[in-house]
Amino acid sequence: MALSAFDRALIAATQGGLPLVARPYEAVGAMLGASGEQVQERLAQMLQDGLIRRIGAVPNHYRLGYTANGMSVWDVCDEQAAELGPRVAALPFVSHCYRRPRHLPGWPYNLFAMLHGTSRAAVAAQAAEVAALLGQACRSHDILYSTAILKKTGLRLKD
Amino acid sequence: MLTTEDARLIDHLHGGFPLADRPFAAVGQALGWSEERVIERLHQLLAQGVLTRFGPLFQIERAGGQFVLAAIAVPEERFEAVAAQVNAFAEVAHNYRRSHALNMWFVVAAESPALAQDALARIEAATGLAVLAFPKEEEYFVELRLPALRQPGAPAGGTPWH
Repeated sequence: MALSAFDRALIAATQGGLPLVARPYEAVGAMLGASGEQVQERLAQMLQDGLIRRIGAVPNHYRLGYTANGMSVWDVCDEQAAELGPRVAALPFVSHCYRRPRHLPGWPYNLFAMLHGTSRAAVAAQAAEVAALLGQACRSHDILYSTAILKKTGLRLKD
Repeated sequence: MLTTEDARLIDHLHGGFPLADRPFAAVGQALGWSEERVIERLHQLLAQGVLTRFGPLFQIERAGGQFVLAAIAVPEERFEAVAAQVNAFAEVAHNYRRSHALNMWFVVAAESPALAQDALARIEAATGLAVLAFPKEEEYFVELRLPALRQPGAPAGGTPWH
């Protein structure tokens, strides 16, 4: 799906956030020479097409009390990754789960699952549940805790 | 930690902001708040950094774009300087320090895979450090939907996991 000129302008106008005014879609429309209704209609279509995941608030999870955030990484046998990946993803404390390439010899891990807890002990307990689920299909794993957010801006289209 | 009221607002807004002429009024109605109060609290939560952003989350891959996770092993003494170099790229959407020899993990978001590759190459050139790319091969689930934790002793109000 290619972006129209209007789409690009709409993304550029809202990628940093919606204006905090009573009629935000009208305010965005005013920037683009469109009505609030046109903006709402296009956003609704983008939501339906999956071009927008959701419209909402992005919390800084540290500030919500989730001070332990670990990228858990697993060396899962390739033949079983397709079956096990969705099961790991379905665990309630896993927020993102992907299969990604290994970089051997230093990086044998191909399954990535983000874990979030109020302490590292809580995250370690979550990782133990993942390990139990993967069983023999997993050869090794690691947890990379995030120790600082260096940047978090989201998408920025170039002009 | 948040007040119970702010936690209610954040939990409510995580799920989906209405497409309506006056969406903040609609949110207020659901929470029993005034439209002005919803807007005012959002202002505050953004200013305090409790929320990093409020608005549409674009999934640019649906329009031919690409997000690529990448990592660099940065020598400790150069960490801050390299972070500044990497963050200066508009294509870098997130960047985290992590406890590992690969201590810097960032996400490049670009309108096409070619532009993403180009950005990674330019980051490698700018820092003089090897950039390992971890493009996703399969996405199993993506939904960061953590319940906002209440202050200790505050009434829970609502189910934590939606």
